[in-house]
Amino acid sequence: MISIEAVSKRYPDGTVAVDGLSLEIPDRSITVLVGPSGCGKTTTLRMINRMIELSGGRILIDGEDIQHKPVNALRRSMGYVIQNAGLFQHRTIVDNIGTVPRMLGWSKAKARERSMELMERVGLDTSMAKRYPYQLSGGQQQRVGVARALAADPPVLLMDEPFSAVDPVVRRGLQEELLRIQSELGKTIVFVTHDIDEAIRVGDMIAVLRTGGKLAQYAPPDELLSRPADAAVEDFLGADRGIRGLSFFGTEQLPLERNGIVAVDATAAQVAERAADLPQLLVVDVDGRPLGWADAARLRASGARNDTAGLLASGQTFRLGEDSLRVALDCAVLSPTGWAAAVDGEGRAVGVVSQEAIARAIREAHGRRGTAPVDVGAAR
Amino acid sequence: MTIFHFISAFFSDSAHWHGYDGIPTRLVEHIEYSLIALGIAGAVGLPVGLLTGHYGRGGNALALLATAARALPSFGLLVLLFVLMGLSKLPVLIPLVVLAIPPILVTTYEAVRTVDPAPVDAARGMGMHQAKVLFQVELPVALPLILSGLRSAAIQVVSTATIAAYVSFGGVGRYIVDGLYQRNYEKVVGGATLVAALALATLGLFWLMSRFAVSRGVRGVRRP
Ligand SMILES: Nc1ncnc2c1ncn2[C@@H]1O[C@H](COP(=O)(O)OP(=O)(O)OP(=O)(O)O)[C@@H](O)[C@H]1O
Ligand SMILES: [Mg+2]
Repeated sequence: MISIEAVSKRYPDGTVAVDGLSLEIPDRSITVLVGPSGCGKTTTLRMINRMIELSGGRILIDGEDIQHKPVNALRRSMGYVIQNAGLFQHRTIVDNIGTVPRMLGWSKAKARERSMELMERVGLDTSMAKRYPYQLSGGQQQRVGVARALAADPPVLLMDEPFSAVDPVVRRGLQEELLRIQSELGKTIVFVTHDIDEAIRVGDMIAVLRTGGKLAQYAPPDELLSRPADAAVEDFLGADRGIRGLSFFGTEQLPLERNGIVAVDATAAQVAERAADLPQLLVVDVDGRPLGWADAARLRASGARNDTAGLLASGQTFRLGEDSLRVALDCAVLSPTGWAAAVDGEGRAVGVVSQEAIARAIREAHGRRGTAPVDVGAAR
Repeated sequence: MTIFHFISAFFSDSAHWHGYDGIPTRLVEHIEYSLIALGIAGAVGLPVGLLTGHYGRGGNALALLATAARALPSFGLLVLLFVLMGLSKLPVLIPLVVLAIPPILVTTYEAVRTVDPAPVDAARGMGMHQAKVLFQVELPVALPLILSGLRSAAIQVVSTATIAAYVSFGGVGRYIVDGLYQRNYEKVVGGATLVAALALATLGLFWLMSRFAVSRGVRGVRRP
């Protein structure tokens, strides 16, 4: 556990970057520091590995004051990842990753072996081992940066905007990779970002800082979205925080209309057995995969008759139980019929649900939240 | 008579290849003066440049010193020192050292100071000692620029070492000074050709050094 106790930082020019900040950073989880530019996120992070010395308060790691440790030993016990990776351009990828192990006195062979193992862990092809950083894409360089930080297996990982220099698609991939690695390694990660979406995606706990280095709110992401501490936090979360909060609700409880599906070769008689009050039915192929929406009245009159030409596109579908309510709502909003199709793990349709039903489920879920806490992990 | 006739006449005369005034002896002397001067200039300029660049301090003072040193005319300094100190090698070496220090010092300082701060930050953040940061992170990346500073210093020293001959020392400048005095233009042109050849050889040597000493990763980055 990293305990930040009433920590302040005043720079020589008088700027107060952090002001009386206290945070308990739990072990084996990702704690995100987020806030507008210049609010003191980097300063806070760099005080943990003493790249910046504090001017007030103290920081304890497992009860031990970091001031009492030799500074380089302290830093070697923490991985450090920065925005543009900061790779050593004169060293190959294996040698970059092996830097800390070599500093700790590992043999060349052992450090190399460890580097290879880490390349695989962060999703890099080991054939890149002998390349130099300039021969890698930005996203690949960032992966090397993460591998290098993990090389000596430090219990703590400090990450300062590690993914903000890559494009949104690559960033998404790196975030997912980080969550996967974290589920395998269980590090204590302090992650700085100015991107609230990123904070919500990767954070187990989120500390929102405000300009002047004061803590505005410290909460798990779902709580942050549903109960922002004040107007400033609410503003920072953005206008669509309600929608984003739906990421933390599962789709298990959605009242699916399981009778709203009809096979592409169904006869008029078979169609007639379907729910009579639905305006349209989801037509599926012989394997049960969605083909498109058809007008229910027309089908009842003539059967499906393998006629796929007149179908409205089924659009995006959501995986029942795996995807969040946010995805389900998104499907319904994008659907030409206003109905979302739920599929199982194999992509077979299991039911349909309307926007209205999803809206009702959202209200119920919010109602339940007061009593039953939401399982944050399941929403990812 | 063209310049090429002078050159071929000078180099084909077997008398120029032997004895205390032979080409090999003069070349060795010339290289010796140059190496000593460059060695001293490097011993001063490199460490000072590395340290000031690493700590990012003292840049203004350095630039001032370098400009002042550059403004000193080598030949004038030579004559002055010769008058003051009499006949020794010091009046020859001091102007050369003064000439070589500014390019070495200033480029080394600039080379280290302008190294990308991100890897340096990462290195410190992973608990690397100061000295290791300088020698294992900053120096390898700054090396191409540092070598270019050394190279221009070396070329200037090699060309300027000809002035040793004015105060009765050797080196290939001997041919130029004596040739002018004796109105023997064959000798003058021969001496000048040797200076030019030495400068070219210096260039070649530095090209080889940067080939072998600079990491492929650093050379790669410089190519667009
Ligand atoms: N070395 C310094 N000297 C003086 N002031 C500084 C120094 N470093 C940072 N600051 C100031 O301290 C405040 C906090 O800086 P910090 O880098 O921690 O912000 P940040 O939250 O990481 O911002 P960003 O999202 O832009 O990276 C800013 O006002 C900044 O200008
Ligand atoms: Mg920052």
